[in-house]
Amino acid sequence: MDITLLIEHSLNGLQFGLMLFLLAAGLTLVFGIMDLINLAHGSLYMAGAYFAATFNALTGSFWIGMLLAVAATALLGAVLELGVMRRLYGRDHLSQVLATFALIFIFNEGARMLWGAQPLTLNAPPQLAQPVELMPDFFYSSYRLFIIGAGIAVAALLYLVVVKTRIGMMVRAGASNREMAIAMGVNIKLVFTLLFAFGAALCALAGSLLGPILAVQVGMGESILILAFVVVVIGGIGSVRGALVGALLVGIVDTLSRTLLPVTLRLLMPSDIASTLGPALASILIYVLMAAVLFYKPQGLFPARG
Amino acid sequence: MQSNLHHRFSTIAVIVLLALLAVFPPAASALDQEFYIGVASRLMIFAIAATSLNLVIGFGGMVSLGHAAFFGTGAYTVGILMQHGIVSAWLSWPAAIAVSALLAAVIGLISLRTRGMYFIMITLAFAQMVYYLFISLRAYGGDDGLSLPARSTIGLDLASDSAFYYVVLALLSVSVLMVYRLVNSRFGRVVQAIRENETRMEAIGYPVFRYKLVCFIAGGAMAGLAGALIANQNMLVSPNLIHWTQSGTLMVMVILGGVGYLAGGVLGAVAMLLLEEILSGYTIHWQLGLGLILLAVVMLLPNGLASLFHRRRRADVSREDAK
Repeated sequence: MDITLLIEHSLNGLQFGLMLFLLAAGLTLVFGIMDLINLAHGSLYMAGAYFAATFNALTGSFWIGMLLAVAATALLGAVLELGVMRRLYGRDHLSQVLATFALIFIFNEGARMLWGAQPLTLNAPPQLAQPVELMPDFFYSSYRLFIIGAGIAVAALLYLVVVKTRIGMMVRAGASNREMAIAMGVNIKLVFTLLFAFGAALCALAGSLLGPILAVQVGMGESILILAFVVVVIGGIGSVRGALVGALLVGIVDTLSRTLLPVTLRLLMPSDIASTLGPALASILIYVLMAAVLFYKPQGLFPARG
Repeated sequence: MQSNLHHRFSTIAVIVLLALLAVFPPAASALDQEFYIGVASRLMIFAIAATSLNLVIGFGGMVSLGHAAFFGTGAYTVGILMQHGIVSAWLSWPAAIAVSALLAAVIGLISLRTRGMYFIMITLAFAQMVYYLFISLRAYGGDDGLSLPARSTIGLDLASDSAFYYVVLALLSVSVLMVYRLVNSRFGRVVQAIRENETRMEAIGYPVFRYKLVCFIAGGAMAGLAGALIANQNMLVSPNLIHWTQSGTLMVMVILGGVGYLAGGVLGAVAMLLLEEILSGYTIHWQLGLGLILLAVVMLLPNGLASLFHRRRRADVSREDAK
């Protein structure tokens, strides 16, 4: 096994894991604090990516486009919370599933009507187009390195906000015991709207960062939504720390198994069987991981509720 | 007042409905609209699948997001047997039911250790494993799926859409009748009591786990039957039948129709697929209309379409379990 290949794929896994964290952090907070199953979380990610592609084309700058996309999606999230989600908090989980499933339909069709069925392209900023040489003869995409850096920065920022600030304290209080937090005078309505908008902003950040790597298209939200839910459940619902650990675990396991498993299998068995079995086994692996975690820790790795 | 646990159909409504369904194929042929016989068969097949999921979610209180695994496995069983020369429906359809039931037993044994959201996710995980398993079976079509050369043989000529329609209608009737008998039996009452208060039932001394497992398996077996039928309807078996969006669609049908109502599965499946059919005839942006209508139903009819026909308030099912 080539050691540089291993490093490259580990970095890819780290990058993917950090982006999953951006999605899962919002999802786990909304779920843990508002007790809301939001299947439309992936749609906000899609909206963020579309906004980024549009504003990028309008302003000609990746950075301004990204900032505008984050702001626009946060606004969209706030409107969504005030218009729809607020009516769902008191309802049972199945109604929430139906309502947010309906929102997926609406968002997907809305995106198709506004931007057409063709995928949009979003280019990486020119400053980050060249690969960098990390080690002698080992080149790595500078854009992916930037994503890793941005992901770590956001994770650190989130940690500071949640652990060190007053609003973070309210959020943690809400996650561990919502009724008690309300009784102690937390303006929970405001916290909910802000939190939902913040989750949407994180989605948009992930969407606009991943846009240049993946295609910006309708349906991009659904495929990543399930992974984000896997992360939330592995980490423990409502726990940001759990989401970080879960996201890194899922990102690295998924990426490494996709690349290493076929290679390893080819050493063990005839190549035609290996080439069929490899990708399937790799896709299954994260679900096996989740089932195993839930088997031993039915509340996830870091349960938020005592 | 009648017990909340007693579920009935109105006899008149059932007779009228069956009579209408029985004359539908000749009527459609007379109007040169044979296409709709196939559409109706599809609606009824999904009605079986949604009814089986309603048994698990609505009566058993187990919110499963992996039901398509059993649906798809039933379809694949028929397809794979046919590829090996076994075309008789008398063999392959019971085989589909048995294989799906076995899969449900295995998945249920592991998943039922968890609760609420964790149960939702672990059933989803198993369904995804089955999904990728069938994608990797290149001998049976892999990604593209497996096309069936002909429908199963049953003694009738199933190549005719109306003959197949009547077979599906008969099986739908039998399925709904069985669910009706099941939920009104002692077993059904115990299962619903577990849904309402699991701890109490455990304290009384019922083997809660075993009851839930049997209910889960019954739902899986019935979904296997629906899968065997959809394989014959589409003449194609593909991994798409097992994708998580299929599980999600089945769940949405149940919620739309009415969780824990006998007619919920049938109503939800028919309403959802008819809406798709009608809206897509008017505009290519039908998904927008479908989404808005579903959203309106959630807001205005919290207990689903079936609650329109029942004045009695259904005991609140899902919130307790979903915790």
